[in-house]
Amino acid sequence: MRYLPKSQSERREMLDAIGAKSIETLFETIPAKYRLREPLKLPGPLSEMEIIDYFKARTAENSRGYTSFLGAGVYQHVRSVVTDALVQRGEFLTSYTPYQAEISQGTLQAIFEFQTLMSQLTGQEVANASMYDGSTALTECVLMAERVTHRHRVLVAKTVHPEYREVLKTYAKHVGLQVEEFGFTSSGQVDLGALRANSLNEAAAVVVQSPNFFGVLEKLAPVAEAAHAAGALLIDCVSEPLSLGVVQPPQEADIVALEAQSFGVPPSYGGPFVGVIATREKFVRQMPGRLAGEALDGEGRRGFCLTLATREQHIRREKATSNICTNEALYALVVTIHLCLLGKEGLRELAAQNLSKARFAQEELRKIPGVTFPFSGTTFNEFTVEFPRPAKEINQRLLAEKIIGPLALAKYYPEHPNRALVCVTEVTPRAEIERLAASIRKILAAN
Amino acid sequence: MNEKHTHGDGSSATKRIKKAGRHVSQSEGLIFEKSVAGKRGIELPPLDVPAVDPAKALGAEFARAGVEGFPEVSEIEVIRHFTRLSTWNYAIDLGMYPLGSCTMKYNPRVNEFVARLEGLATEHPLQPDEVSQGCLRIIHDLQKCLLEITGMDAASLEPVAGAQGELTGLLLIRAYLESKGDARKKVLIPDSAHGTNPASVVIAGYEVQNIKSNERGQIDIAHFREFVTGDVAALMITNPSTLGVYEENIAEIAEILHSRGALLYMDGANMNALAGVTRPGDFGVDVMHLNLHKTFSTPHGGGGPGAGPVMIKKILEPFLPVPIVTEANGRYALDFNRPQSIGRVRAYCGNFGVLLRALAYTLAYGPVIRQATEDAVLNANYIRKHLEDVFDLPYNLPSMHEVVFSDARQKKHGVNTMDIAKRLIDYGFHPYTTAFPLIVPGALMIEPTESESREECDLFIDAMRSIAAEAETNPELVKTAPHSTRVGRLDEVAAARRPVLRWQPKQNLDAQKHLGPHEKTLVVPTA
Amino acid sequence: MYPAEFRYTKDHEWLQIAGPTGTIGITDYAQHALGDVVFVELPKIGTRVKAGDVLGTIESVKAVSEVFSPVGGEVAEINSELSTAPEKINRDPHRSAWLVKIKLDDAKAADGLMDAKAYEAYVAEKEKEQTA
Repeated sequence: MRYLPKSQSERREMLDAIGAKSIETLFETIPAKYRLREPLKLPGPLSEMEIIDYFKARTAENSRGYTSFLGAGVYQHVRSVVTDALVQRGEFLTSYTPYQAEISQGTLQAIFEFQTLMSQLTGQEVANASMYDGSTALTECVLMAERVTHRHRVLVAKTVHPEYREVLKTYAKHVGLQVEEFGFTSSGQVDLGALRANSLNEAAAVVVQSPNFFGVLEKLAPVAEAAHAAGALLIDCVSEPLSLGVVQPPQEADIVALEAQSFGVPPSYGGPFVGVIATREKFVRQMPGRLAGEALDGEGRRGFCLTLATREQHIRREKATSNICTNEALYALVVTIHLCLLGKEGLRELAAQNLSKARFAQEELRKIPGVTFPFSGTTFNEFTVEFPRPAKEINQRLLAEKIIGPLALAKYYPEHPNRALVCVTEVTPRAEIERLAASIRKILAAN
Repeated sequence: MNEKHTHGDGSSATKRIKKAGRHVSQSEGLIFEKSVAGKRGIELPPLDVPAVDPAKALGAEFARAGVEGFPEVSEIEVIRHFTRLSTWNYAIDLGMYPLGSCTMKYNPRVNEFVARLEGLATEHPLQPDEVSQGCLRIIHDLQKCLLEITGMDAASLEPVAGAQGELTGLLLIRAYLESKGDARKKVLIPDSAHGTNPASVVIAGYEVQNIKSNERGQIDIAHFREFVTGDVAALMITNPSTLGVYEENIAEIAEILHSRGALLYMDGANMNALAGVTRPGDFGVDVMHLNLHKTFSTPHGGGGPGAGPVMIKKILEPFLPVPIVTEANGRYALDFNRPQSIGRVRAYCGNFGVLLRALAYTLAYGPVIRQATEDAVLNANYIRKHLEDVFDLPYNLPSMHEVVFSDARQKKHGVNTMDIAKRLIDYGFHPYTTAFPLIVPGALMIEPTESESREECDLFIDAMRSIAAEAETNPELVKTAPHSTRVGRLDEVAAARRPVLRWQPKQNLDAQKHLGPHEKTLVVPTA
Repeated sequence: MYPAEFRYTKDHEWLQIAGPTGTIGITDYAQHALGDVVFVELPKIGTRVKAGDVLGTIESVKAVSEVFSPVGGEVAEINSELSTAPEKINRDPHRSAWLVKIKLDDAKAADGLMDAKAYEAYVAEKEKEQTA
C-alpha cells in the first residue's frame, strides 16, 4: 500500500526487535471474540487514478453546466490560484494547532493577521480565529452574551438565517437559554415596535443579521439603542462579509458573528467554511475560540503565541466557555491570503461590482409583468422577489433551462410560497442574468 | 540564527543531531507593515453591467468609504510573504509528528486534488437534490464505509468537529432517554478523558461525574457498578484510553450500563488503533464519533477543519440531526422530515469537503485499512521497546497505537517533559504531547502513526535517547531548548497579562491615549 | 511567613477580620502553586456570598483557580488594582494584593478556620506529599 512506508521484511524485523511472534500478539488485549476474522467489506483498495475517476464521475452528477442564483449564506465569488498554491504548501496544510510556538510561527503570524483583518473589516476591537462557520459562531455569540450579562433570554429576528436559528435552538435547549423570535416590517427590516413590545427585560441579547436573510441591510443604531437601554447586548450576524467592502461596519453591535466563506473559500456543498467572532475588548475573556497574541522571546525578538488559553476546554473542562477544539484554521488562512491579494482597493471594487450586478438583475426582473419586490429596504447583492405563482414551480421549470433559480423562501417561510431570494455576484455574467429574466418571463407568460 | 546558541549547543551535540541541519530562514514582517497605498494582488474583469456608485445606491446611512488599514500589496509580495511564513512551521510533510491522541498521519495529496474538482468544490448546499446527486452519493458512500468500519447501524455526518460530534451524540442519548420518560441527570467520565468530553456534557444539560481509573489505568469494574445509578444517562469513554491502552472490560462495562438503562458513548479519537481489527458496534458501544481529521487523514491545517461524524445504534436513529442522506433505487435525497430529530447542529450538510477527503482515503485502503492499524500499533510498540529503559513507564499494560511515558527519571536532574519536548525541536522533530493525559504527571505521550518508516522511528528513538543522556550530563542545554528556532521560548505570561491581539498602525498607537475607548484597540486591558 | 493575625482555609485563602469587615486574599503558598498570575476576576460589589461560595477566579497561563469565600456576608470592596496589575498577587499576596473585603454576617465566622501555626503545618504536610 503506497501510503505505508514499510516492506514486509521491515515489519518482520521490527516485530523481532519488540520480541513479538506476530502482529496478532500486539492486539491480544482485545478479547478474541471481538477481533475481526474476516476483512471488512469495503470498496477498494483503489489506485490514485481510480480515486480520481470515482470523483470525476460524481462531478458529472452535480450541477455542471447550470447557472445558479443561490446565495443565502453561501456565495460564489472570485478565487485566485495564488491562494490555493499557498495553502497547499505542506507546512500550512499538514501542521497541527500551533501549541509549540517556536516551530509554528508561520501559522501563528497568519492567525494574528487574520484577527487584524477581521477586526478592521467589522469595525470591532478584537476578533478570534476561528469558529466552525457562521451558524455555530452565532450560537457561540449568544452563549457568550449569556455569560456577560448573566441573563438567559435572547430575542432573535426572524430575518436571521433560518438554519443559523435552528442551530442556536439545538444548542440552547438544554442550557436553560430561552430563544424568542420577533418579526419584520414591509421594509424587510426588523420590526422595532415588535421588539419593544416583546419586552427586552432580562434579555441577554438581541440578535439581528445585516444584510439579513432577505438581503436587506438593517439599521443597527436604533436596535442597539433599544437593546442597550434594557441592559442587553446587540449581536449582529454577517453571512455576506463582502458587503462590508462598501457598507458601514456593525460598530453598534457588541458582538459580531461572521461567516467568511465569501473570501476565497469554495462553496463545497456547505463546508468547510470559516466562522469568526469579533467583539469589544472588554468581552475578550468571555469569547470562545483560539487567539494568537504578540509576545517577545528572551532576546526581545517579536513572535506570536496562542494566548488566553484558560478560556478553553482543555484547561477549564466542564467550566470552559465552549467545547470548541478543532477550528477552521486552514480556511482562516485562505481568507487571510485572499484578503491580502484583494487589498483595500480590490475589496471595494469587488463589493461595488456585486452591488452593480444585483441592481442590474433587479431592474431586469422588474420589467417582467407580475414580478414584484416585497421589501423596500436597501440591499447589497441579494434581494427578495415575489412571483404571482409559487417560486418552487418556477424553479422547477428553470431547472429545465439549466438555471438553478433563486431560493424559494417557502422552505423556511411557508407563509410566503411566492417569494424567492435572488443572489447575483461578480461571477454571474450579464448574459445569464438576462437569460434568467427571459426564462421567467416565458414561464409566467405560459400560464 | 543565533551564533551564541550555535556554540552553546556544543559541537558534540550538533553531531548527534542526525535529522536536522541548519539553513537560512527568511525574515518577514506583518503584511500590514509591507503595505503601500495603490498596490493590489487581484485584478477583476471589467464590469459588464452599468456601474452603480455605492455611495449613491446605499445612501449616507450605509455607505462606507473603504476598510481602514487593509493591506495594499502586489501578487509577488503575497506569494513571498506566505511562503516565508510557511517555512517557519513544522509539518507532517517534513517528518514525524508524534503528538499523542492527535493522530498526525500522512495527508494524501490526491485527497486535495479531488476536493478541488470543478463540480464538487463549486456546488451550493441549497441546490436541488436533482443536481446534487454526486455530492449526496459521496456522503452516502462514506457513511456506508464508516458504518462497516465501526459496526454501527446509522450515522450523521453533519457534525464538523470531534467536540461537535460528542455534543451531537450526547443530545441523541438525551433525546432517546427523554422518549423513554426520563432524561436522567449525569454522565460518567473517566479521569483520563479529553477536555472536550466534560465541556460537551455540560452543553447537553448533564452533570459531569468523574470516575477514577484504577492503578492500571483501567476502569475498576466493581467500583463502576456502584456508580451506575438510575441517574446515570451514559458513560463517555475513550477506547483505547488516552494511555494508549485497550479497555479490557469494555464489553462488561456496556452490559452493566445497558442493564440499568444507560448507554455507552465511545470517543473515537483513538480509532486509529482499531480500524479493521475490531468494531465498537460489536463490543457494545451505542454512540460514538469519529475524527476524520485524525483516523481518516484529512489535513489538520494548523488547527482545522475537521469533521466528527456520529455513529449510532438503531435505537437512536429517529433522533438524528436533520437532514440525513437517504437512498432509494440509486437516487439520493436529503430528508428533512424527521419529527423526533434533535434539530440541526450546523447549517447545510456539514463539512462536505472534509467528508470527501475521508472517502478518498478510505477508498485508497479498502479492507487493507487493517494494515494501517497494524503498522500504527507496530510503530508505537517499537518506540516503546527502544525507550522503556531510559524513560519511566507509569502504566505498563500493552500499548496499542500510542505509548505514554513520564519524566520521573529526568525530573531528578531538573528536566521536565516540556524541556525534553522543546529539545526534540532541535533534533528536527515536532514535540510529542506533554500536558496530557491528566492522570500521568509529566507525561510524554507519543503516537507515531502508521505513516512513519522504520528509519524515521529509529531517528526519533535516537533523538529521545540522546536527549535523555543530555538531561543527565548537560541539563541546562535541555532546559533552555530550543536553540535552533527563529524565536526562543516566548514570554506567554506577559502576552496573557496584556494581550496584543491585532496590529495597529503606528500613528494609532501613538495617539491611543487621545482616542475614545472604541479606538483604543491594541492593548487589551485585563479587565 | 504567614501573618499571625490572619485565619486560613484548606483552599489557601486567608481572612483578616477588623470589626465588621473581613479582608480576603490568597496565601503565598497558593500564589506559588499557581505560578505567574495573568488575570483576576472578582465579584461585583454588593454580591451576597455564603461560606464556601466562589468569590472569583485567578488565572495563570495554563491554569484557572477558583477563590472560595471563607465566610458569609456581602462584598463591600474589591481590589480593582489587580485588574491592571495581576502580578501583584505573586509579589505581595498577604498585603497589597488582597482580593475582596466583605461585610461579615457573623463576627465569629472565622472560628472554624486555621490559625497561622496550623496552616503552616498544613502547608508543610502538602509539600511533603508533593515531593514524595
